[in-house]
Amino acid sequence: MSTLVKNILRFVLLILVQFYVLDKIHLHQMVTPYIYFLFILWMPFSLNRTWQMALAFLLGFTLDSFRHSPGFHAAACVLIAYLRPFLINLLIPQEGADSNYDEPSARSMGGVFPYMIYAGLLSLLHHGWLFFLEAMEFGNFWYFIIKTLLSTVISLVLILAAELLFYRKQKFRTNTV
Amino acid sequence: MRNIFLFIRRYFNFLLFLLLQAFSIYLITHYNKYHHAVGSAMMNEVTGKINNQYSEINEFFLLKKKNKDLHLENERLRNQLRLNFETPDTTNRLVIDSIPFDTLGNHRKWLYQNARVVSNSVSAQNNFIVLARGAAQELMKDEGVVDTNNGVVGIVTDISENFAVVMSLLHKDSRISGILKNDPNGGGSITWDGKEPNYLSFSNVRQSAKAKKGDTVITSGITPTFPYGMMIGTIDEIRADKSTNNFIIKIKTTANFYNLQYVYAIKNFQREEIDRLVEKAKSRNL
Repeated sequence: MSTLVKNILRFVLLILVQFYVLDKIHLHQMVTPYIYFLFILWMPFSLNRTWQMALAFLLGFTLDSFRHSPGFHAAACVLIAYLRPFLINLLIPQEGADSNYDEPSARSMGGVFPYMIYAGLLSLLHHGWLFFLEAMEFGNFWYFIIKTLLSTVISLVLILAAELLFYRKQKFRTNTV
Repeated sequence: MRNIFLFIRRYFNFLLFLLLQAFSIYLITHYNKYHHAVGSAMMNEVTGKINNQYSEINEFFLLKKKNKDLHLENERLRNQLRLNFETPDTTNRLVIDSIPFDTLGNHRKWLYQNARVVSNSVSAQNNFIVLARGAAQELMKDEGVVDTNNGVVGIVTDISENFAVVMSLLHKDSRISGILKNDPNGGGSITWDGKEPNYLSFSNVRQSAKAKKGDTVITSGITPTFPYGMMIGTIDEIRADKSTNNFIIKIKTTANFYNLQYVYAIKNFQREEIDRLVEKAKSRNL
């Protein structure tokens, strides 16, 4: 499967799973499980930053159209897509790992721990910004801080589960023939 | 000039980031006020179609429960039939005209229009419900929406050809007026604090009103949106606010927002006339 087809399928499936499965689960009013932004976490290294942000905006805007809340998820997605390259640069261990592998994973980032930091930080930022924008309208900040932390934990569990269920084979590529 | 272009090229990604954020925040701040600003009718049609597919599958699994609900509703309606009542005095029979309106329908004020729910949320801060009935099926903006047990659900805020978006009671801008069923003096406004679905707050009720836990709160009928007496909920928690001489009341909704399937929109035939009159009065005052 080419990278393009794979990513289009991912986009559609993640949106459908998010809206029709996760949004129907009501764990507790403090916890909103999110997984659709995994699309941004899994975007290939080679994609340029302008495209990353444009695609993230499209992803967020699509979910917003379903939930009738234009802007909220789009803003959060654009934020993590903008910060993603900086985080990858900080966390990736050896020189050139981002050209040897296609996309971020436990393998390409040199272990489960750095990968979980990557996923954890980005989901914290996503939830934080999203709930902050919602809190601006209601103005109950303690409530939203706790909500952010709890939702991040649940999202991380979901991301781990997704990684284990859909094991992504990552070819090691070198340019030395 | 060259420096400006260089600057833009150098910080292109950052500028794009700012631009997209600004656009998102523009959408957030403008959507709730002006529903038609961002082509929402088109978005409605597209997502509505997908929602329709989903709800058709989903409905299959809820058939059993739905049957039971319809049964209960039938029972309730049959109990209201005039045929069921007879006065004990045989010489003095009570006769009720079975047609309370003329053939032109002139005296009808409220009309119930059934609609199917295709999408619903409770977990967001601003919740919307989408109905599979739109302008083509004679639904209108600002109609009140109740569930099958006459429990208030929300108000139609946005409408397209075949779908309608309802602002749920679980929305920060939602504000309807309610009164206590036992004491018509106890009126106030009903809002949602954004925390727990199925629980609303009922404010501005004076402490002189007779209210206790378990009392029913109904619509007041002073707005043209809902008729008098639609159930809103029952009082779950009540305490006195010492600083304002009002009660602080938390009510549990009659409608269960977690599983809405079929609802009724209520059309008010006098609404247009009332609106026109109010408009006229306002323009004269200015």
